[in-house]
Amino acid sequence: MAYLELDRVAKQFGTQTVVDDFSLSVGKGEFISFLGPSGCGKTTTLQMIAGFLDPTRGAIRLEGKDLTAVHPAKRGLGIVFQSYALFPHMTAAENVAFGLEMRNVPRNERAERVRAALAMVGLAGYEDRHPRRMSGGQQQRVALARALVIKPSVLLLDEPLSNLDAKLREEMQIELRQIQRTIGTTTILVTHDQNEAMSLSDRIVVMSQGKIEQIGTPQETYEKPASAFVSQFLGKTNDFAGTIDRTVSPTQLVAGSWRAPAPAGLGGPVTVSVRPERIGFGDAGLSAKIITRIFQGNHWLFQCDSECGPAIVIRQNDGQAQPAEGDAVRLSWRPEDMSVRTRAGA
Amino acid sequence: MSAMAEERSARAPWALTAPALMLFVGVLLIPLAMTVMLSFHDWGQYKGIEPVFILKNWHEIATDPYYAEMFWRTFRIAILTTLLTAVLGAPEAYILNRMSGRWKSFFLLVILGPLLISVVARTLGWALLFGGNNGLVNKLLMSLGAIRSPIPFMFTETGMVVALAHVMMPFMVLSVWAALQRLDPQIENAAMSLGAGPATIIRRIIMPQIMPGVLSGAIIVFSLSASAFATPAIIGGRRLKVAATLAYDEFLNTLNWPLGAAVATLLLAALVLIVVGSNALIERRYAEVFR
Repeated sequence: MAYLELDRVAKQFGTQTVVDDFSLSVGKGEFISFLGPSGCGKTTTLQMIAGFLDPTRGAIRLEGKDLTAVHPAKRGLGIVFQSYALFPHMTAAENVAFGLEMRNVPRNERAERVRAALAMVGLAGYEDRHPRRMSGGQQQRVALARALVIKPSVLLLDEPLSNLDAKLREEMQIELRQIQRTIGTTTILVTHDQNEAMSLSDRIVVMSQGKIEQIGTPQETYEKPASAFVSQFLGKTNDFAGTIDRTVSPTQLVAGSWRAPAPAGLGGPVTVSVRPERIGFGDAGLSAKIITRIFQGNHWLFQCDSECGPAIVIRQNDGQAQPAEGDAVRLSWRPEDMSVRTRAGA
Repeated sequence: MSAMAEERSARAPWALTAPALMLFVGVLLIPLAMTVMLSFHDWGQYKGIEPVFILKNWHEIATDPYYAEMFWRTFRIAILTTLLTAVLGAPEAYILNRMSGRWKSFFLLVILGPLLISVVARTLGWALLFGGNNGLVNKLLMSLGAIRSPIPFMFTETGMVVALAHVMMPFMVLSVWAALQRLDPQIENAAMSLGAGPATIIRRIIMPQIMPGVLSGAIIVFSLSASAFATPAIIGGRRLKVAATLAYDEFLNTLNWPLGAAVATLLLAALVLIVVGSNALIERRYAEVFR
């Protein structure tokens, strides 16, 4: 049975629908990311789970019980805010202890748990520091310790790493993942950073304009994007216009001079999506001319002008000779490396 | 060449601040120094002011209980006014801050409105409402039979505190408002998610963070109330004097300028001590919040 369940949840502000028809089952101990551009409704959904907003329609259940009927203060969820929202007038230890105080945990046990929580996030010895005397990364850790010390049923992370610099963010990602795996708290992360979502989560919920575009493992969403939005949002992709040719038997998928047996169940105009790293230079296929060639250490990046429009190709730097700028090439890929969708509006 | 440029750039700050500095010295420091000097001069009914150095005025203020009472009253009124504005102003600012857009700007205008009206007009308004038998509110309450005799307001310390608190309220509200702006907008949600109820959030999370605002507002209100002239002059008149109205009377009615100067100097010195002292205390106590 699902641990946390969102059932057709919707949120409207006035006439504007911010989240629509959001259904998701989260298993116990799972790490889920809500991924999407700003304004896609991911934070609104998180706030509805937290209880800061009430859903207009739909139900949110935790272990089968209706969560929307529970006051936010009684939900027992741990939340890390984008701004951390630490209490500036309290020390790190007092911040972490606050949730335990509210639960009337006895003083001795409280001190022990606060110490353990701060040690877990690598802040042993910082107990008496005030938040304003700590770095952004340290504040972030205090916020995490404060959310985890109450042993929350679900941990909600609202863009927790977006205020950190790139290097620190990577470190925190690794650490966050380790901590989550160790204590096994069911976690929901809201982010607009696809790398963050992919490196941390068990499953990603890709959202756009208040709707779910796709739910899947990082690999699924990357390799089998369910929509043009998902393939564009997660990493770089090439979209080629193609058609299904029914005049030949068996039917063929044609994109420029590239052709392959057509996948079943599709007809007419289609969009063929191929990741840049899955395209190779061969003897047959889409004819193209290399416009620029950029060396990036472990790989080469080619920008090409193909008969189906601009294309990007990434090749591993494996020591082989690579085509030069201005060369005419043929682009090809294996049929299993592409995803084909019916072209809308054609 | 470079030495000249250096010399010129070293002089530049002085040259640039000179006009303001001259104004500051001319209209503040010199009159102040002259007032202090004046307080050591002698005065007689028939001889007028004699520019000699004596401690007569200071001795009189130190020994005559009349002056002690006057100063106690001044500071008592200032403290009560400060407390009243804090107790009413802090929640007012908090409620205002939680209002949504249009209401917020409307009520902010309502709160700041009094600043646009002369203190004299506002204080006379209180006098019209509560002034003796003819006060509007007193008349109404008496005709309704709620009270037998008019609520004493004019010439009372209560009246003075109420009228002063009304005048000073915007300073407290603005000061607390500024402190509220520094609050993390998610801080209440954070406390709530950890299990805190509304009362706990206000007591444990909001109050400690806006306390510096309340206290700096209190310093402003206290120093303005203790040196206020118009409101005490209208409500208290000649019967209930405070330090500022006393100095005024010595200067303009008794014409004993040296004694008036001594009263004014003492008021200034006491205020500076209190304000600087409490400011230092506050900054030390709330170092973490101020950072």
